[in-house]
Amino acid sequence: MAVQINLKELSKKELMLSPGHRLCAGCTAPIIAKMVLLAAADYPVVANSPTGCLEVSTCISDYTAWKVPWIHTAFENAGATLSGVETMYRAWKRKGKIDKEVKFIAIGGDGGTYDIGLQSLSGAMERGHDLLYVCYDNGAYMNTGIQRSSATPLGADTTTSPAGTAVPGKVQRRKDLTRIMAAHNIPYAAQAAPSHWQDFLKKVKKALEIKGPKFINVISPCNRGWRSRLDDAIQLSRLAVQTCYWPLYEVAEGATKVTYKPREKKPIEEFLKVQGRFKHLFTPENEWIIKKFQQDIDQEWERLLQEESQSS
Amino acid sequence: MARVAAVTGNEAVAEALRQINPDVCAAYPITPQTELMQRFSSFVANGKVDTEIILVESEHSAMSACVGAAAAGGRVATATCGPGLALMWEMLYVASGMRLPIVMAVVNRSLSAPLNIHGDHSDAMGARDSGWIQLWSENAQEAYDNTIQAFRIAEHLDIRLPVMVCMDGFIISHSIARIDYLEDDPVKNFVADYKSVYPLLDLDNPKSFGPLILTDKYHEYKRAQHEVMTRVKDVVLTVASDFEKMSGRKYELFETYRLDDAEIGIVILNSAAGTAKDVVDSFRERGVKAGLLKPRLFRPFPYEEYAQALQRLKAVAVLDRSDSFGGYGPVFMEICSALYPLAQRPAAVNKIYGLGGRDFLPQHAAEVFAELEEIARTGRVKTTKEYIGVKE
Repeated sequence: MAVQINLKELSKKELMLSPGHRLCAGCTAPIIAKMVLLAAADYPVVANSPTGCLEVSTCISDYTAWKVPWIHTAFENAGATLSGVETMYRAWKRKGKIDKEVKFIAIGGDGGTYDIGLQSLSGAMERGHDLLYVCYDNGAYMNTGIQRSSATPLGADTTTSPAGTAVPGKVQRRKDLTRIMAAHNIPYAAQAAPSHWQDFLKKVKKALEIKGPKFINVISPCNRGWRSRLDDAIQLSRLAVQTCYWPLYEVAEGATKVTYKPREKKPIEEFLKVQGRFKHLFTPENEWIIKKFQQDIDQEWERLLQEESQSS
Repeated sequence: MARVAAVTGNEAVAEALRQINPDVCAAYPITPQTELMQRFSSFVANGKVDTEIILVESEHSAMSACVGAAAAGGRVATATCGPGLALMWEMLYVASGMRLPIVMAVVNRSLSAPLNIHGDHSDAMGARDSGWIQLWSENAQEAYDNTIQAFRIAEHLDIRLPVMVCMDGFIISHSIARIDYLEDDPVKNFVADYKSVYPLLDLDNPKSFGPLILTDKYHEYKRAQHEVMTRVKDVVLTVASDFEKMSGRKYELFETYRLDDAEIGIVILNSAAGTAKDVVDSFRERGVKAGLLKPRLFRPFPYEEYAQALQRLKAVAVLDRSDSFGGYGPVFMEICSALYPLAQRPAAVNKIYGLGGRDFLPQHAAEVFAELEEIARTGRVKTTKEYIGVKE
């Protein structure tokens, strides 16, 4: 289905996450949340966040930045919490207590999604609830002070995988959550980036038009954790896509489509060198990590293209 | 006309849930609760209820989904036991902190390790500080009656707190007993329609649930939770009075058995109280003034009423089916707290019995009463806390 994005129309919509929240300067999470809500502006929305940066900064009693109904209950259970809300909605709809077409959207960080919330998310996907889960992936537990998560990339220096003399940062590669979600055979799983906003908004709109469980993984640069410039979030997001570190694609009803193919795949160094968390990789003894990083990306990109060609 | 049936405790609670017909149930299977939700699932599958059931992947998710559903604005129920309740622990506090009137059947089971699926009270006692109201039930009839009353208590506008209804795993959940069921319509009228004050699904009036609260407000928020708990016992009694009008069955904060003129007494929860009542009778036949108190409302704990009921005893034994390792049993601690303000109070001992489903036999109660006679005579307590029914 062709989804159209009209910037002029979008600019007329009210932003459903208000300014005045306490997220850090240069944070990408509110940009992503606002984009999601903008793409969902045609529907009544109920939103949900697990504990994390976005949650603790947008609703500090007695204030809230959320202009849509919103709920937070704990860290590891966004999938289950929103399942409960969505199920009550279905119960009420069946009884004629509510008639609107409501969209249910969870927005959670990688800690609450890849790690502690994975079981709850998997359960919600398997049960087939009609909801969209959006992960803003900043690649570590940023809210608690930059601890490594299973979304943290290979080699990254975090406070629990510090780059030391014996261990060069995180020694494992990141978990591929988007594929794990697609493997649930849900109707829609995708990866998006705020730098490629048209692609991102289209994916959200498309997802919302599909009944059932949907998942979108969005890269979310974090200047505090990535040790990058305050005003570089969108540029970093673009580099992540252009290096194919963060491929933009979707798996809709089992068919894989790469939605953006860089004309020239940039070397991973371009993404790594502007981030302090990878600074230690640019030494002779850690060269192998950059090589391994590039190899992983190349393999994954090839696999994705092959999957796409097999889908069509 | 009431319907008389022979059913298990699990079946009785499932029947209460059928009659109440909640909007949403979320549950995860765990022995000995499993049969309860199986029976309820068959009501769903056969269109006997309108309930939407969420068959989650863990108890943590069961309570999370219940919290989400209750915040959304409808009537919600679930059931669990033992390790399942332990896994819910974090979310129990969220449910009460958000003032959500969820009703949960707790089929009391022991906690690991070692793994044991049988009945004791370690699970619910571990959750006693979680802000949930706790009603305890001696048998299937009480579990059924308490479940129906629990919705009225939980959803009362002055309360809006979750309630757990406890019954002993296997001993009650799996034993067949005679029960007087109420007809569907009186039950439906009794619980009536539930209307949430602040439903999340009120789309025209968006609200945020579950904020971050810092040091400037958290303390006051928790005091508000304490204050609402102080109002619970009056509501429990009002609901019990309405229930008596409908059913003819009388419920109070606790049950006393031959306690009025008693000199020695046992305090004991749930199914073992039935066994102990027989032993009270046999001591009475021998001219010993023995009595019994069986708590029903354990959270909030009505200290003054307990003190009043027990103050005339010379000696009391509090029997706990769970332990607070390194401390006294949880019921004993509460009873002692209740008795402490009295100028003259009975001597008190604590017996730990029946862990992991170990049988509580009449001889155990008889031995306790014999010891109480001795304490009443001499005024001396040899051992404050002791395990009974132990194989040496």
